[in-house]
Amino acid sequence: MSALLDVRDLRVTFGGTAAVRGISLTVEKGETHCLVGESGCGKSVTSLAVMGLLARGGRREAGLLSFAGTDIRNYGEREMSRLRGDRMAMIFQEPMTSLNPAYTVGSQMTEVLRRHRGTPRAQAVDRAAELLGRVGITAPGLRLGQYPHQLSGGLRQRVMIAMALMCDPELLIADEPTTALDVTVQAQILRLLAGIQKELGLGILLITHDLGVVARIADRVSVMYAGEVVESAPTAQLFADPQHPYTRGLLTCVPVPGKVRRDEPLGSIPGMVPRIPPGYSGCAFRDRCPHTHAECQGDIPRRAAGPGHEVLCTLPAGWFARQAA
Amino acid sequence: MVKFLLRRLTVAILVALTVLTLSFLLTRLSGDLAISIAGPSATAQDVEIIRQAYGLNRPVYVQYLDWLFRAVQGDFGDSYFFRDRVSNLIGSRLPITLTLGLIGLGLALIVALPLGIIAAVRENTWIDRSVMMVALIGQAMPSFWLGLLLMVWLGLNLGLLPISGTGGPEYYVMPGIVLAFSAIPSLMRLTRSGMIEALSSDYIRTARAKGLSRLSILVKHGFRNAAIPVVSIAAVQLGFMLGGSIVIETVFAMHGVGYLAWESISKNDYPVVQAVVLVLALIYIALTLLSDLLNAVLDPRLRTA
Repeated sequence: MSALLDVRDLRVTFGGTAAVRGISLTVEKGETHCLVGESGCGKSVTSLAVMGLLARGGRREAGLLSFAGTDIRNYGEREMSRLRGDRMAMIFQEPMTSLNPAYTVGSQMTEVLRRHRGTPRAQAVDRAAELLGRVGITAPGLRLGQYPHQLSGGLRQRVMIAMALMCDPELLIADEPTTALDVTVQAQILRLLAGIQKELGLGILLITHDLGVVARIADRVSVMYAGEVVESAPTAQLFADPQHPYTRGLLTCVPVPGKVRRDEPLGSIPGMVPRIPPGYSGCAFRDRCPHTHAECQGDIPRRAAGPGHEVLCTLPAGWFARQAA
Repeated sequence: MVKFLLRRLTVAILVALTVLTLSFLLTRLSGDLAISIAGPSATAQDVEIIRQAYGLNRPVYVQYLDWLFRAVQGDFGDSYFFRDRVSNLIGSRLPITLTLGLIGLGLALIVALPLGIIAAVRENTWIDRSVMMVALIGQAMPSFWLGLLLMVWLGLNLGLLPISGTGGPEYYVMPGIVLAFSAIPSLMRLTRSGMIEALSSDYIRTARAKGLSRLSILVKHGFRNAAIPVVSIAAVQLGFMLGGSIVIETVFAMHGVGYLAWESISKNDYPVVQAVVLVLALIYIALTLLSDLLNAVLDPRLRTA
């Protein structure tokens, strides 16, 4: 059976700048696929490109962009708008500004259902109240009549999630849904997403830069760097045996209680994500990589490093293990 | 909401009182009223008689309180020239000016809002640039000149409309167009910039992610938020149109409040001048209050502020 979302060789350019340089990923039904990487590596652009929501000036090309077995590469705005909010939904990083300040929560939630299903208002309101309850909002009836500015950031993000679920989507794309929230609320929202997924069996593509989030809820992780997926693996495998120097670098940036000593400095990756000029070849990470060598200038092969584990690096398999020995 | 209303209303009343006081002071500052009423050929005795008759010999604060008390009741005294109550004069002229202003604003909104929205949606294309060019021309064109051009073109050459005067609906068309033309540029620019800001906002991205129709995205989610500054400026523009009616009504010889103001100024008819200034100022205050209310309706955040 084909994957719920199957993206192959997706490229996005803004003017002459390549933001996404040929990434491939799949999301299975009921799977959470995390896309991680630093700011500016193309994570958000990837998710917007899949939804067909790129800002003006963004050009999307893909070898395949298949949703539930249908290639949606050539869908126009009208066809995409039928899918969006109905079968594929999205939540954003900015809960404070993502809701329209001029309308009540109820009005914004029900319009999705009214648009895609033509549901009568009264039934749509019932559905909205039910979903607000499901995302852990008490007194849904009261909240439906409130305006966004009367809600806290955590509540607004719950509203966004509930709104995304109005039409029972098959795919949920969440672009850094917890980044703008404080830690306790982050944990609640993650638990909520995981719970909803178990209940409804939808596929989630979660964009994050937070490896803590990844460890908690991802089934599969793709690590992005400068518009490419440099490593992709099942979560446990990636944390146990990271094969790309960038992934290893990211992992040393995260303190693990009991493993990292208090006075030991945390790891960091020197430098910044470079701007990739047109016609660039070779590994984009080579200038920041501690293991760089001559071959990094040429084409980099994508090699398998285990079941479902791929890495885009010239270093041979088992290289890090031999280093440690 | 009630608190917001009360506060706005209090401010409006205070401003109105200030305007009343100022309009009283201004006429007293322009010299001895008795002398100017009596005219250049009057004797000292005539002036003294007039001073007695109009109560100008009383202390200023008595005159002020007396005037204020009457003004609040809508009694502005008698016109020196028209042999009529000032309130009657204003009452018969105001509907003409208000009608003209509303026609002007209506026309301006009908043109400015769609053009502003289209310019924003097609930002930086030739459509946007031509719309902004029209706005620039509109801003640069003096309204009395446009009025004369229309008279020559529509009135004289084509004979479609009456050139000037007060009468049926056809008399309102040309002045209405001229007034609208002066208001279109700022309304259009504001609609455009408001829409550009709204369309690049996160909630519009959300609306698109929800798969809403293009119309709903543009109008329900975009324009609703862009409209807030437009409402404020539309109220100010209507105020300008009413205040500026003195030019347009004189050009088109429409016997509205503006024409009345022009007549009474040229004839030193102080009670009328005073009342016209006052009535226009009060309308302005009422419009500001109205736009505050409309904004509160449009933007729920203002209601709790």
